Amino acid sequence: MAVKEFEKPELKEYSDVPLLEKKATAHLAPFKSKEEFQSSLGYPGELVDNWQDAALDKMGDLLKKYRSLRVYLDSCIQCGACTDKCHYYLGTKDPSNMPVGRQNLLRSVYRRYFTLPGKYFPKLVGAVDLTKEVLDDWYSYYHQCSQCRRCAVFCPMGIDTAEISMAAREIMDSVGVGQKYCNEIIGKVHKIGNNLGLPEPALADTLEGLEEDVKDETDIDVKYPLDQKDSDILLVTPSADFFAEPHVDGLIGYGKVFHQAGLSWTLSSHASEAANFGMFIGSYANMRKLAMRIREAALDLNVKRIVFGECGHAWRVAYSFLNTLAGPFDFLDPKYPVPQHICEVTYDLIQKNVLQFDKSANDDMVVTYHDSCNVARASNMGDVIGGQFTIPRDIIKATTNHFYDMDESTIKEKTFCCGGGGGLLTDDLMELRMKGALPRMEALKRVVDDYGVTHMAAICAICKSQFSKALGYYGFEIDQIISLHQLVGNALIMNKKEL
Amino acid sequence: MSLVTIIYGSLFYFATLILFAGIAYRIYEYATIPAPLKIPTPPAPKTKRGVAVRLFREVVFFESLFHSAKWTWLFGWLFHFALLLAFFRHLRYATDPVWFWVSWEIVQAAGHYAAYMMLLGLIGLLVRRIFVDRVRHISAPSDYLILILIIGIALSGLMMKWYPTDIFALKQFIIGLIYFSWSELPSDFMLLLHLGLVLLLMIIFPYSKLLHAPGLFFSPTRNQTDTARDSRHIADWARKLES
Ligand code: SF4
Ligand code: SF4
Repeated sequence: MAVKEFEKPELKEYSDVPLLEKKATAHLAPFKSKEEFQSSLGYPGELVDNWQDAALDKMGDLLKKYRSLRVYLDSCIQCGACTDKCHYYLGTKDPSNMPVGRQNLLRSVYRRYFTLPGKYFPKLVGAVDLTKEVLDDWYSYYHQCSQCRRCAVFCPMGIDTAEISMAAREIMDSVGVGQKYCNEIIGKVHKIGNNLGLPEPALADTLEGLEEDVKDETDIDVKYPLDQKDSDILLVTPSADFFAEPHVDGLIGYGKVFHQAGLSWTLSSHASEAANFGMFIGSYANMRKLAMRIREAALDLNVKRIVFGECGHAWRVAYSFLNTLAGPFDFLDPKYPVPQHICEVTYDLIQKNVLQFDKSANDDMVVTYHDSCNVARASNMGDVIGGQFTIPRDIIKATTNHFYDMDESTIKEKTFCCGGGGGLLTDDLMELRMKGALPRMEALKRVVDDYGVTHMAAICAICKSQFSKALGYYGFEIDQIISLHQLVGNALIMNKKEL
Repeated sequence: MSLVTIIYGSLFYFATLILFAGIAYRIYEYATIPAPLKIPTPPAPKTKRGVAVRLFREVVFFESLFHSAKWTWLFGWLFHFALLLAFFRHLRYATDPVWFWVSWEIVQAAGHYAAYMMLLGLIGLLVRRIFVDRVRHISAPSDYLILILIIGIALSGLMMKWYPTDIFALKQFIIGLIYFSWSELPSDFMLLLHLGLVLLLMIIFPYSKLLHAPGLFFSPTRNQTDTARDSRHIADWARKLES
C-alpha cells in the first residue's frame, strides 16, 4: 500500500519540542481484526452488546492481576516530565501521544468507576464516563504507542505507559475490538508456527537456498539446519530473518559464527518464530501459549541450549519472561543462561579468541548503532548491568574500523523507538510510523553530517523493516540499515573445517 | 470546652484516622496485587541491596526527574525538601519533652526559612502548570487545587509570624489530643486556617495523586531486581494457567 498523503515532518538539526495540536492524529486507527481471528484467540468477534460493563469488569480484573496497572493509575502526579519524551508526540504533536496524555485516557475512566472522588466529583478530578467516543480514542491512541518504555525511564514514579497500553488492548480485545495486524499474526503462529505463515517445506527450501548462496560466496559449506535432533543449540529467530532484507544477512552471519566455532545447532519448524505478539496485545495467556512452542521444540529436539536471533521484543519476552512463562528449563545445560542472545554467544566467542576478524572487510561502511527499545529498556545481556548496551557495540568495534554513536540523549536507555514497534508495523499505520521515526532520523542525520556515517546497525527485525521504509521516506537510502550479524558475517575469517 | 476546640479536636482524630488507615489500606492493596512479570527499567540492579540504593536515590534526589525535566525537578525538590524541614520544626508541638534535636537552633531556623523555599517551589510548579502548554493540557482542576491548598498551608503558616498565637496553649491542645486529655485550642483566625487546611490535606491524601508517595515504592519498574533468567517469577493467578 502506498503511503497516503500527509504532511512530511522536517528533519531539523536539533530536535525541538513542538506546541501541541489537539486530535492531530485521532484519525489514525489500525484496521480492526475480523471475527475469525478474534475467536481463534479466545475473544468475541465484534463489539459485544454490554461492552461497557464487560470492559469495566475486565479493567477490575486486570487491576487485581497487575500491580503495575493499579499503582501507575494511582501514582501519576501529572507533573508533565514525560510529555516531551515520546517519539510519537514529537512526530505528531498530538497531546494524546504524550505518555501522560495516553495514560489519562484510561486513567480518567478508572477514576470515574474505581475511585471515590471520581464517583462523586468527576469534573474535579478529570474523570469521564466510558462512552463510545472514549472507546474510539482508546483504539486510536493505544495503537499509537509502541510500548517502547522511553517514558518509563524518565518518569519520577517509573510509570510505564506500555503497561497501560497493554492493559487497554487486552480490555478492548475482551469486548471484541481487536487489531487486525497483531491478532492475525498470532493466529498464524498458533496454526503454522511463524508470523509469516511459512510452512515447514517452504522453510526447508529457503534454508537450502541460503546454504547455496553462502557456498557461492565463501566456498564453504555453512549449514542452516532445520529440525536436527540432538543438536546442542536451538536457534529461535524472527521469521523475517528467513527472507527479508537486511534481516537475512543477519541469519547468514549467525550460521557463519556457529560454523566457525564448531557449534552444533538447529532451527525448529515448530518454533520457527521468535516474535511473540502476545506481549503487544497485553495477553499473558496468548504470550504464554506462544512461548510454550519454544519449550516444546527444545524438548522435542533434545537440545542443550536455547539461543535467540536478532529481535527486540522477542528478546524481551525471552530474557525477561520466558523462564516465568515456560520454565523451568532444568533440562538444559546449566552452564549457560536460558535463553541466550546471539550477541552473547558471539561476544563470548570473541572473548575466547575463537573468532578472528578482518575488519577491513567492512571498510566500505561507517557504522552507527540503533539501540532497539526492547533490548535497551526491557532486557539485558551478559551478566553485568548495561551489558545490553556494551555487548553489541563491542561486537561492532571488533568487526569494523569505523564506529560512531549517535547523540547521548538518543541512545542506550534513552534510545528513540524506530516508530514501528509494539504491533504497529503495519501499512495501515504508515503515517504514524513515518512521523514516529522522526527523532531517530534526526539523530541519524547528525552523525551522517558530522562523521560521514553510512550505515546503521540494529538487532531487531521490526526496527530493520521499519527503517527500510523510514530511511527512504526521509531521503536516506533504504539499504543503510543493516543487521549487526551482517557485519560479523562479512568480517569473520573462515577456514575450511574439512581441510 | 469551646465549640472550635470540639470541632478541631474531632476533625484531628478523623483526619488522622483517614490518613493512616487510608494509606495503610492502599499499601496493603499494592502489596497484595501480584506483579506477574519482571519489568525493571535500566540500569536495573541485580540485587535487593541495589534496589534499595536505587529507591533511596529516587526518593532523596528525584534522580529520574532530574534527568527528564530540570525545572520541575528544581521546584519539586525544593518543595519536598522544605516540607521535610518544616515537618521537623513542627515536631516541637507534638513531642513532650521536645526531642533534643528538634530544639536545636539550626533545625528551628531551617524549618522557618523552609516556608519561603516551599513557596518558591510551589509557585514554580504552579507557573509551569499554567504556562507550559503540554502541562496545562494534562492538568485537571484538582491538580491546581492541590497546589493552591499547599500554598495556602505554607502561606498561613508563614503569616503566623505576624499574627502570632499562644504557642503554649497550642501545644497543650496537641499533646492533649495525643494523650486523650483535651485542652482548649486558641481560636486565632490564622491558626485555625492553617490547621484547617492541613486537616483537609490529610483527608484527601489517600484518595488523590498524593498516593505517589507510597506508590513509588511499589513501582515494578523501579523496585524489581533484574534476575529474570535466574529464577521464575510467577504469580499465583498465572500458575493456574499451567495446570
Ligand atoms: S512523568 Fe510520570 S508522574 Fe509525571 S506526568 Fe508523566 S507519567 Fe505522570
Ligand atoms: S511507551 Fe513509548 S510509545 Fe508508548 S507512550 Fe511511552 S514513549 Fe510513547
